[in-house]
Amino acid sequence: MDRASTHQFLTTLFHRKIVLLAAIVLTVILLFAILAPWIAPYSPTGMRISQRLRPPSLTHWFGTDEFGRDVFSRIVFGGRASLGIGVAVVFFSVLVGTILGLLAGYFRKLDGPIMRLVDAMMSLPDILLAIFLVAVLGASAGNVILALAIVYTPRVTRVVRGSTLVVREIAFVEASRTVGVPTWRILFVHILLNISSPILVQATFIFAYAMLAEAGLSFLGAGVPPDVPTWGTMIASGQQYVDQALWVVIFPGLAIVLAALSLQLLGDGLRDMLDPQLRKDL
Amino acid sequence: MIMVLFRRLFGMLLVMFIVATMVFFLTRLAPGDPASLMLGEQATAADVEQLRKTYGLDQPLLVQYLLWLKEVVQGNLGQSIFLQRPVLQAIGERAEPTFFLALFSILIASIIGIPAGIISAVWRGEKADQFVSSGAMLAASIPSFWLGLIFIQFFSVRLGWFPVAGYGPPGASLVERLYHLMLPALVLGIVNSALITRFTRASVLDVMGEDYVRTARAKGQSESKVILRHVLGNALIPIITVVGLTAALLVGGAIITETVFGLPGIGNLVVSAVLRRDYPVIQGALIVIAGIYVLINFSIDVIYTLVDPRVKY
Repeated sequence: MDRASTHQFLTTLFHRKIVLLAAIVLTVILLFAILAPWIAPYSPTGMRISQRLRPPSLTHWFGTDEFGRDVFSRIVFGGRASLGIGVAVVFFSVLVGTILGLLAGYFRKLDGPIMRLVDAMMSLPDILLAIFLVAVLGASAGNVILALAIVYTPRVTRVVRGSTLVVREIAFVEASRTVGVPTWRILFVHILLNISSPILVQATFIFAYAMLAEAGLSFLGAGVPPDVPTWGTMIASGQQYVDQALWVVIFPGLAIVLAALSLQLLGDGLRDMLDPQLRKDL
Repeated sequence: MIMVLFRRLFGMLLVMFIVATMVFFLTRLAPGDPASLMLGEQATAADVEQLRKTYGLDQPLLVQYLLWLKEVVQGNLGQSIFLQRPVLQAIGERAEPTFFLALFSILIASIIGIPAGIISAVWRGEKADQFVSSGAMLAASIPSFWLGLIFIQFFSVRLGWFPVAGYGPPGASLVERLYHLMLPALVLGIVNSALITRFTRASVLDVMGEDYVRTARAKGQSESKVILRHVLGNALIPIITVVGLTAALLVGGAIITETVFGLPGIGNLVVSAVLRRDYPVIQGALIVIAGIYVLINFSIDVIYTLVDPRVKY
């Protein structure tokens, strides 16, 4: 993209103020996670029992938890795991889902088998399938990523297949086939480029859902081990103290809400911009 | 028509077969031998060997699978390792709170979501639409267990309006039991209203673009009459579909909320089965939950086929 079209892309995307706000919030959250060691005022694991369950104050902005650890610092560091898991889930589910969706949409023979598998997986609620997979694989950050990637792959597959079915009928695909462009090139270059917008939109939503699901799994005790600070594990371990110290639970939850909301608003903005049908409506 | 229904029925059975197969083989990937799990840590090697024989675990995997599938087809989902009873019975005993929770949640979600979606569609692009759309997105961004913890803290602990957790003491009346479901249903209703709002909005917008709506407007009918008479009636069918499917997903998807509120439902059963590695219960629950979803999906298809003359395959 050259500079002029980048500029146009951004002006169209951000003509709704709320989308711009979402992008700013998301950038701040990402920067906090990346620069955590320089931003967090305390160590995320440094315990000081004398300071346990202190309410929010100037020294501890978001208070301290049951071990006297600084809640703000833990949220800043926890973002690394929560967002990292989200990014990884998006990467794998989009990768596998796109390949499966392209194959199902392009080759009639593969459509049936792939889509029945997708139907079967989508007949189970996300969180149920995820907890089952984590139970089978064992609870660790890597397996949470694997399980959630498996859970969200069918969504991508369904979207990609639908778009592929439309694009494969367009004349340029027919033309490429006639002049002898190899099939893999038609699929992974010509068609893929034309269906990248719905994939991008889907990716932002999966990012948000994956983050929420990770928190849910941690809460159920079937996710990331509790000693790893993620926003989910923070709420899970804080729930016993919610009577005396609401802040232990409130702030990590707000971090999840803020991140998930920004992602969904951004996804919505992208959809408005990239889907000409919707754009005409607005 | 009969052919269409048969094809649908076949598709439904195929999906269930895939779910069952997936569940069986994935479970066998899990670490640990089921027989040693059943007997606990003190079991001798001979005991384990004996039990493996009894359950057919010494057979080749494919034989085990076929034997298991035969039982499942006959409605036998096996025996729970820890609960000392058939899996189906264990699920049945937990069905009541889950059923009513799903019912109340979907009611609350519809009461919030359908009017919000209509408002958002009718005033598309205006302040009301932006407010509703952002609100729906906010609802979809809230972790249900977090909202549950906060609601318990405010409405139950501080204000004392609702019970803190559980499903009433043993022998509690139905009314008392259902009263325990109000707060969890509110949480799930709010979180799930987002999907219904979005879907209602899209579906109403779709119908508003139809020719007959333009005709109605051209005839000079008032906008409110157009919306009420021509748009809503036609937009309702897809909305009912999404409400039905969301309700079906809630049966198994309420796991987290059931855990927060200590409700003895199917979700709770699954979580404790996962933590105790009670694989027959996990397998059985997954098959039952997928079955409910597929069955509701199928019923909606059948109703479509019967009601809408255009649906022909």
